[in-house]
Amino acid sequence: MSGYGSHDERETYALVAEFDSAEALLAAAEAARVAGFKKMDAYSPFPIHGLSDAIGFKSNAVPFAVLGGGLLGGLTGYSLQYYVHVLDYPMNVGGRPLVSLPAMVPITFELTILFSGLTAFFSMIALNRLPKPYHSIFNTPGFERATQDRFFLAIEAKDKNFDPQRTHEFMRGLNPLSLNEVHA
Amino acid sequence: MAKETLNDVLITGQPTYAAVEDSIGRLVLNQKVHKRQWWYFFLFGMMGAGLLLVSIFWLLYQGIGIWGNNVPVAWAFDIVNFVWWIGIGHAGTLISAILLLLKQQWRNSINRFAEAMTIFAVMCAGMYPLLHTGRPWVAIYWLFPYPNILGMWPQFRSPLEWDVFAVSTYFTISLVFWFMGLIPDFAVLRDRAKNRTTKVLFAILSLGWRGSNQHWHRYEQANLLLAGLSTPLVLSVHTIVSFDFASSIVPGWNVTVFPPYFVAGAVFAGFAMVLNFLIPVRAYYNLKHLVTMRHIDWMAKIMLATGMIVFYGYILEVFYTWYSGSVFEFKLLMDRFSGPYAWSYWMLIFCNGVVPQLMWVPKFRRNLVLVWIVSAIVGVGMWLERFVIIPVSLTNNYLPSSNKMYYPTFWDFAMFFGTIGFFFFLMFLFIRFLPIINIFEVKDLVHKMLTGTAKTEPSTRPAQQPVGAGE
Repeated sequence: MSGYGSHDERETYALVAEFDSAEALLAAAEAARVAGFKKMDAYSPFPIHGLSDAIGFKSNAVPFAVLGGGLLGGLTGYSLQYYVHVLDYPMNVGGRPLVSLPAMVPITFELTILFSGLTAFFSMIALNRLPKPYHSIFNTPGFERATQDRFFLAIEAKDKNFDPQRTHEFMRGLNPLSLNEVHA
Repeated sequence: MAKETLNDVLITGQPTYAAVEDSIGRLVLNQKVHKRQWWYFFLFGMMGAGLLLVSIFWLLYQGIGIWGNNVPVAWAFDIVNFVWWIGIGHAGTLISAILLLLKQQWRNSINRFAEAMTIFAVMCAGMYPLLHTGRPWVAIYWLFPYPNILGMWPQFRSPLEWDVFAVSTYFTISLVFWFMGLIPDFAVLRDRAKNRTTKVLFAILSLGWRGSNQHWHRYEQANLLLAGLSTPLVLSVHTIVSFDFASSIVPGWNVTVFPPYFVAGAVFAGFAMVLNFLIPVRAYYNLKHLVTMRHIDWMAKIMLATGMIVFYGYILEVFYTWYSGSVFEFKLLMDRFSGPYAWSYWMLIFCNGVVPQLMWVPKFRRNLVLVWIVSAIVGVGMWLERFVIIPVSLTNNYLPSSNKMYYPTFWDFAMFFGTIGFFFFLMFLFIRFLPIINIFEVKDLVHKMLTGTAKTEPSTRPAQQPVGAGE
């Protein structure tokens, strides 16, 4: 329980509670959301089903970006072929039509997949603000276990309801293994 | 060898997060687990890669005249090997994408390995179409559409051009999918590493992954979307590869059964290769509790099922030849049955049609040596399949006077064995320096097992469930 009470000059980033199971984290996140906290995040070694609901985090930016990427890819594939075979270099092969749609399907399809797949990856990276070599949460004692076998809940100081003392008491009520005040 | 039991628990022994992490992370963080045997395989692979380099150099210096290809057999080992390698890659995508969509949780402990095989196999495959042009530096404007000084474009109506797009998309998406899955695992290794250099290296590779709920939320969305996109992609790749043949008028190629039977053949060969690698690796690196007999059993069953589809394809080829009434098709068929290359056809039937039937017997599926041998034979069989389809069909021309035998040269074999060596080289680097099993997905599985939500077959739920509760 380091941090609390000591008058540190540095700015507080968050209060971070540590738990030993996914279920405890889920319950704690749920309780914190019900208590009215918004600026918080949970850290776990693997994705936990229902954690976003418990925390109240909603985002469909990645799927929409992928939809956009896919449409752009399909359009690129088709218009590339149309431009080449109809506008720039029309070539009559045995009287076949210049816009030979069935033959244009494979490349249109492949570029749709290529663009949407790359969008999925890069939008995930960008929206998660990666790469990010430094983040305040890494100052949490024992945080290296967040990728191993421990589960953390951080209520950030930016939150409107955050009050160093009362939030600390609230979080103690969640029965964490440890509770730390983490500095930015 | 010691008998291993077959049960429906996907992780045997003590399933805890720490135990899982230790058995996988150890292979990267404790380099001492890699003993002399690793070096034998690595050096074997390196020699193969060297042979590949030499044969590429000689090919570029001399031109493709060093190969046995000549009209009418313009496509031979180059295309046989291309199709063989790309097929091997397909099992990885099947495991990582299709089984994910089908919520088959047993895939969690084999997907990373299979995906790595996909990437390396596609690298081997991609070399051949480039090199068989003889002048790959010029091939850039034959293959990729870019505004060049000649004002020329590729012919987008050609299946060969579709192939360029299919294979390059496949490689890119597989690589991205693989790397994305590695990011959280790099973070695990960063946090476990004791050595400063290792820590910094994995910190860079992990991009600063924190495992926050927001990260996982978007990761899961992106992962599911990539799986959904890879599924039609993998089916399209081998379909388009088969169009290279099926849309031509060469007897023996012009068959509508090609796309589905090529896709099934790809999965068949791919699973065989996964088994060939995983069986020794799991034994040597003590991963038997993560890749259990259950996994081997299911993979053997998939191999059997896809093998049957492939065999059905062979039967249909014969049927359609007869049904078409085409003289040239019929002549080719007779040539396959009893011509100068009959040995390859009958060996193909033996390898792909007869031998995999052993996998019907549960006892044989539990005999690892036998499963390994069957898988190796399937690998040979699938290579023969492409040999029978590609050069053997081409030796039969519409004009009988131009029929000609095909004889591969030393350099044909050198390049083929060279790519096998290169594949080994990359695989053994992968085994040593990257987590070969997806750590966080296996932890997820552990979590599901502990909370009783892991999906196994209904007949064999974990024993803690009350027996006969619903009666």
